[in-house]
Amino acid sequence: MTDRTCHNKQADADIVAQETPCDVSLPPYFRAAAPMPDAAANPWTTRTVRIARIVPEVEGVATYDLVFDDDAIRKAYRFAPGQFNMLYLPGAGESAISISEDPANRECIAHTIRVAGNVTRTLAGLKVGSTLGLRGPFGSCWPLDECVGRDVVLVCGGIGLAPLRPVIYSLLHHREKFQRLTLCYGARSADTLLYVREFEEWSSKGLTIHTTVDRATPEWNGHVGVVTQLLERSDRFDPANTVLFCCGPEVMMRFTLMAGRRRGLTPEQMWVSTERNMQCAVGLCGHCQLGPDFLCKDGPVFRYDRIAPFLDVEGL
Amino acid sequence: MSNTPEVIRTERFLSRSTFSRLFELLRDEGYTVIGPKIDQEAIVYGQIHSIDDLPMGWTDEQGPGTYRLQPRDDDALFGYVVGPHSWKSYLFPPKATLSEANQVNGSWVFSVSEEVPPKYAFLGVRGCELAAMRVQDRVFLSGAYVDPIYQGRRAAAFIIAVNCTQAAPTCFCTSMETGPRCHSGFDWGLTELPDGFVVEIGSERGEQMLTALETTEVSAQQQQAAESARQQAVNQIQRTLDTNNIRELLHANLDHPQWDDVATRCLSCTNCTMVCPTCFCSSVEEVSDLSGDHVERERHWDSCFNVTFSYMNGGNVRDNTRARYRQWLTHKLASWIDQFGSSGCVGCGRCITWCPVGIDLTAEVRALRGETP
Repeated sequence: MTDRTCHNKQADADIVAQETPCDVSLPPYFRAAAPMPDAAANPWTTRTVRIARIVPEVEGVATYDLVFDDDAIRKAYRFAPGQFNMLYLPGAGESAISISEDPANRECIAHTIRVAGNVTRTLAGLKVGSTLGLRGPFGSCWPLDECVGRDVVLVCGGIGLAPLRPVIYSLLHHREKFQRLTLCYGARSADTLLYVREFEEWSSKGLTIHTTVDRATPEWNGHVGVVTQLLERSDRFDPANTVLFCCGPEVMMRFTLMAGRRRGLTPEQMWVSTERNMQCAVGLCGHCQLGPDFLCKDGPVFRYDRIAPFLDVEGL
Repeated sequence: MSNTPEVIRTERFLSRSTFSRLFELLRDEGYTVIGPKIDQEAIVYGQIHSIDDLPMGWTDEQGPGTYRLQPRDDDALFGYVVGPHSWKSYLFPPKATLSEANQVNGSWVFSVSEEVPPKYAFLGVRGCELAAMRVQDRVFLSGAYVDPIYQGRRAAAFIIAVNCTQAAPTCFCTSMETGPRCHSGFDWGLTELPDGFVVEIGSERGEQMLTALETTEVSAQQQQAAESARQQAVNQIQRTLDTNNIRELLHANLDHPQWDDVATRCLSCTNCTMVCPTCFCSSVEEVSDLSGDHVERERHWDSCFNVTFSYMNGGNVRDNTRARYRQWLTHKLASWIDQFGSSGCVGCGRCITWCPVGIDLTAEVRALRGETP
């Protein structure tokens, strides 16, 4: 195991360093964004946001475009793909929700949310114009700087596409910086695939999209089977010069990482986004630990080699 | 830490009769004195008004799963080791309001709760407890985010450490290099003698405070008596925890059969985490008024032994005692080092004493090392 002593110091240093990205030609959202300044003094500082738009996606899933009531905060807010916000519904509670917005868009922040518990169920009952609370952004981000000059493969399952949508927007904004871009996307069935309405635009801008479903309906002409098969079969990447980002259910990620290894990718070329119970989002409440890491501040996005020893341990 | 170079500080002798004036002095300075007192047949920490509240002439007898008060054959005020309480209750309160939300003209408006930190004087802080405060300082104050409640209370606290002059069979601070000697992190460091205290001044604030009380030079005899009293505690410590490569040991043994063994004994009752002076896990609850228009967020201590602690949509990640005990011990002794640069254990032995079935973490580590417990 590599020496991980005091690695949180590094994470802290990263937060400080984010204001000065190493490559000035890259936009700031290629590095993790720090939370709003007063959150450092009190991490419970919560902002009022208003639902500007609700886009029903698939059964039980909708995208909520949130806008800060305070215009100065709206202008100051930054995030990087892969980071998350804490969304707070007073009385129901707070939930960690990954950001699905285009980081270049400074008007609103989209969150694609599946009804899964008390908070998300309460949110599903709200209408456009309703207010709620937001803290963030928190956590690590997908390392877009690692993608420059390389093939990029995104592998996701179900709602796992939501945290990768900001990556897709960012890659396509700067298409010339990258080699081949491929999305391998699996869902239970055709009617649970997210963001299908955007696929055409994404394809036209240079993203190759492979989809698969677990259960085919009569009108489905595409691939049937697990998403790892798409990765196994893809000839759209050179394993020696590829970055893979993966997000989905934990078991799906485990099999994707195994398939990635079989295709010649090293653990250092693969990143995953992880999930645990989170309450404080800043490493103070203890809930989100996975081995030595706090998923909220050391993650949620990890390079595979860093969490490999802990990802496969039952009940960790 | 015992390897910290000994700082030569001013020492004064404070007679027992003058010591009794301390409470008035601290009160005049605006402090609420928290110290040892007897409650429900245990020495706990609570508000102390005078010397009469202290557990004079009492000691504690401890072992795995057992704690009993016993009378002493002298009038010692601090002649016990540690009880079920720790100072964390006062720095990281078991319940705290974090923020509130109010409906104003149909919109939610949020504000964080600003605490005016209570000004506590902690009387009777042990070496392992000073170490526990340093551990929690790293947890709550050293990262990119701080806990404002802890920060305010910690900065305001006046700390009167009292060196142990005896040890319990559950103590292993010498293994963790946290005691028994109080080296730093206090305003005053006391060593109790039959007729008074040798006072070490640990801060400017402490020095100033002591000028208000009549003290005398420490005689060579008193110096020697204090030293031998402190040495008695060192000599009495029997328990050990081998910390050599302990981080690697635990991370490499996540599938060790010992976890199954301890799971048959552990009740997952959370006692060890509640009495631990460094355990910091918490959860947040919504506290709403009847209208639902005024909601407070209340933080309370939680424990990795609670089944819902690891709840995610779809279930609990650590849904069995084996996984939960493994999480606690591995976090305390191994991942804590990854996270905060030091062990989460200070060797106070509370988790051994207050475990209803007497699980002893030092024995669990020996078993994980393949040694006979």
